[in-house]
Amino acid sequence: MSVESIRIPASREERPADLPAWQIRVGTRLSRVAAVAGIMLVVALAALPAIASRNLIQDLIFVLTMLTLAQLWNVLAGWGGLVSVGQQAFVGLGAYALFAGIVMAGLDPVAAIPLAGLFAALIAAMLGPLLFRLEGPYFAIGSWVAAEALRLICAQFKSLGGGTGMSISPGELSQMFGLKAVQALLGLRPAAARDVLVYWLALLLAVLVTLGIYGFMRSRHGLALAASRDNAAAARSVGVRTARIRHVLWIAVAFATGMVGALVYLQKARISPDAAFSVTDWTAYVIFIVVIGGVRTIEGPMVGVLLLWGLVTYLAQHGSLYLVVLGTLAILIMLFMPKGVWGAAARRWQLQLFPTQRWLGRS
Amino acid sequence: MTALLNVTALDAFYGDFQALFGIDFELDQGEAVAVIGANGAGKSTMLKSLAGLVKSRPDSIRLSGRAIGDASAASIVRLGLALVPEGRQLFPSLSVEENLLIGAYGGERNSPWDLAAVYRMFPVLKERRRGAVTALSGGQQQMVAIGRALMSNPSVLLCDEISLGLAPIVVEDIYRMLPQIRAGGTAVVLVEQDIARALRAADRFYCLQEGRVTLSGRPKDVDQDTIRAAYFGA
Amino acid sequence: MSGFDTIVEGVLLGGVYALFALGLSLIFGIMRLVNLAHGDLILLAAYLMLSATTALGLPLAAASLLVVVTMFALGFVLQRLVLERVLGDDILPPLLVTFGLSIVIQNGLLLGYGADSRRLQVGSFESSSVTLAPGLSVGLAPLTALVTAIAAVALLQLIFYRTSLGRAFRATADNPAIAQLMGVNERNVYAIAVGLSLAVSVIAAVVFGIRASFDPSIGPARLLYAFEAVIIGGLGSLWGTLAGGIVLGLAQAIGGRINPEWQILAGHLTFLAVLMVRPRGLFPARRA
Repeated sequence: MSVESIRIPASREERPADLPAWQIRVGTRLSRVAAVAGIMLVVALAALPAIASRNLIQDLIFVLTMLTLAQLWNVLAGWGGLVSVGQQAFVGLGAYALFAGIVMAGLDPVAAIPLAGLFAALIAAMLGPLLFRLEGPYFAIGSWVAAEALRLICAQFKSLGGGTGMSISPGELSQMFGLKAVQALLGLRPAAARDVLVYWLALLLAVLVTLGIYGFMRSRHGLALAASRDNAAAARSVGVRTARIRHVLWIAVAFATGMVGALVYLQKARISPDAAFSVTDWTAYVIFIVVIGGVRTIEGPMVGVLLLWGLVTYLAQHGSLYLVVLGTLAILIMLFMPKGVWGAAARRWQLQLFPTQRWLGRS
Repeated sequence: MTALLNVTALDAFYGDFQALFGIDFELDQGEAVAVIGANGAGKSTMLKSLAGLVKSRPDSIRLSGRAIGDASAASIVRLGLALVPEGRQLFPSLSVEENLLIGAYGGERNSPWDLAAVYRMFPVLKERRRGAVTALSGGQQQMVAIGRALMSNPSVLLCDEISLGLAPIVVEDIYRMLPQIRAGGTAVVLVEQDIARALRAADRFYCLQEGRVTLSGRPKDVDQDTIRAAYFGA
Repeated sequence: MSGFDTIVEGVLLGGVYALFALGLSLIFGIMRLVNLAHGDLILLAAYLMLSATTALGLPLAAASLLVVVTMFALGFVLQRLVLERVLGDDILPPLLVTFGLSIVIQNGLLLGYGADSRRLQVGSFESSSVTLAPGLSVGLAPLTALVTAIAAVALLQLIFYRTSLGRAFRATADNPAIAQLMGVNERNVYAIAVGLSLAVSVIAAVVFGIRASFDPSIGPARLLYAFEAVIIGGLGSLWGTLAGGIVLGLAQAIGGRINPEWQILAGHLTFLAVLMVRPRGLFPARRA
């Protein structure tokens, strides 16, 4: 069986010829197949707007943005050990920053997206030192309190709709970068074209975030992060700068989360504090996706988001029932299948599409 | 007559790591038995297995004929086997007296060892009964640990390195209490690295080395060299 | 409304928050478990009280007793069947399980009782007031809340420091493995602790449900207030939790006085401020 391998260069010039070199392998053949299939899938998804209905595009925006949020939460909480129940703060901040940028500063919406991310990152940088004083579960609730405080603060801004929220008129969005091109390309009206544009951006963001996280976890920084979670003191003793890695990760995740928030609310064009900072929409679903799919794997959230999509579609007409089902499922999975659906399957059939584990072997 | 405590082919594992290999051991009523061995020989593991902190095959440990190898630690205390753990391990949130009282939580009997009896044996504890255990000296903490175990009125008392970290004169004081403990009807197992001390106090002894019994017998029947060989594994 | 009235209102509000916080503080202290469903369990108790007083038509005292016993049993079973399996070094499982529980309870209540606001009807008690001193008249219900909070803390302290069970709680919190050597059955201790926490929450639910209207969605906010009260007061001390609740109540009352929209925010900001300058809280218990 052929393997990808990362060769560790010999550190000394004169190494006895008969001493075998140590190798760390990260890839498998299955992952190479999966990589090719993945590329094909992304291309197919990109081409989809040509034939898909508007409903499907909107559904896929939901799937892609939830997947992105799930991957981000997974790296923060699953691998990083920073279990935050307050990530909705950055979704809301990104969304509000976008609206502020468009309505108050007249920015182009597409250009405002990364700026919204930066704003979220900035707030994260300020909150980080405060929240990191809390350990483990206390950090979780502390992050939730911070999110609530930010929600209440945003509700104070009457210019952005106050407690009831506001909408952006189609007029303000009609000059959006790329919108005319999409309209022309696919023969769509502005609102539908905006959906497609957001869809492509969501796809791009999902791919970038997924690959970014994958690359990070394969790098030595990812290894350092995982070590810090397992045993912070031991990690520090081998030179891992635990605090630094966590800080950087926290800010980077906030940046990406803010951009997701901006994207989602660009599509909706209507915002309110309760919606943008909703624990259920931006944290509960995300956590369930990761837990049910499989924490600490890249594939897990993918499986989880598809399950969520199915569940939401199937049970949508029953109102809160699907949340009861979701919650119960999450509890049962945590009790009996803690590695999640993907984790259990991967273990059973030795599957790894995005391998992040290292195997030490002789060449 | 069956022994009070009967250990047959005891194995003990920490995960995949095997610490004890087929230990055989006996303790009769009223006896004092020493278990000696170097660091890592498995002495503490053996006591933890007896006390139920490490699980083993049910019938490898029998207390008064009853198989307790896989019983819970809490139920073993109720059956009359108490452990004075290595390093004392007192409860910092409890006062001296409360540490003693909690020892009686699982006991089925309250004689002969009750609070008054423990204070008679260790008068200094009575003076400091309401204070924090963390303010006590090492020797006094050891007294609390022993008193705590006695409060459950065990028929078997396991002592894990009670001399560790204490000045010789303090250890003397503590060992001087042993006859009183035995007189109350409790058989004692003493795990020690200090061979001389342990052998002086015991009727019989076992020597452990790398998880196996390498020697056993009466102290007076065995000479220094044989012990040394068994201890270090010549 | 004078400044003094605001202070009084804040202190009385603090009593309610302290009651929310006590159950949480108990479980933190004994088991190091953070129960994210805590607020929703308070709501569950409130709804059970509602059913007991309306559907079953029981008077308040009898209903309270029934619900206390029910919630204690529920807590015991919850611990033995569910929470026990996830206690351990990894913080993720207990957080996720209790979070899932929170969602299930919230939405279960929504399905069962609907989204309308409800209130516990106890006749004129809600609106009566009592005159404590010339010029100082306070609502009877809020005053009862504070008095109940103080009584609850005193009772719990009694249990913790004067009973054999309390010794077992404290010993298990210190060192669960060695506590077993004393004959303490760790699993039962934890189950009793959770049961007790839920029973205390019933008191909180009754006091709260009389004073204000409730609906299934307000559970999480109760959790946050409870948490803030515990952290402000300092971990490991029940009197500290009472003090923390009062500080939170005062912060909210003062903030609300300046601008009613700022009431809750003032509480959150106070929490964050305490975290900044006194991360261990205002009255932390010294752990040896």
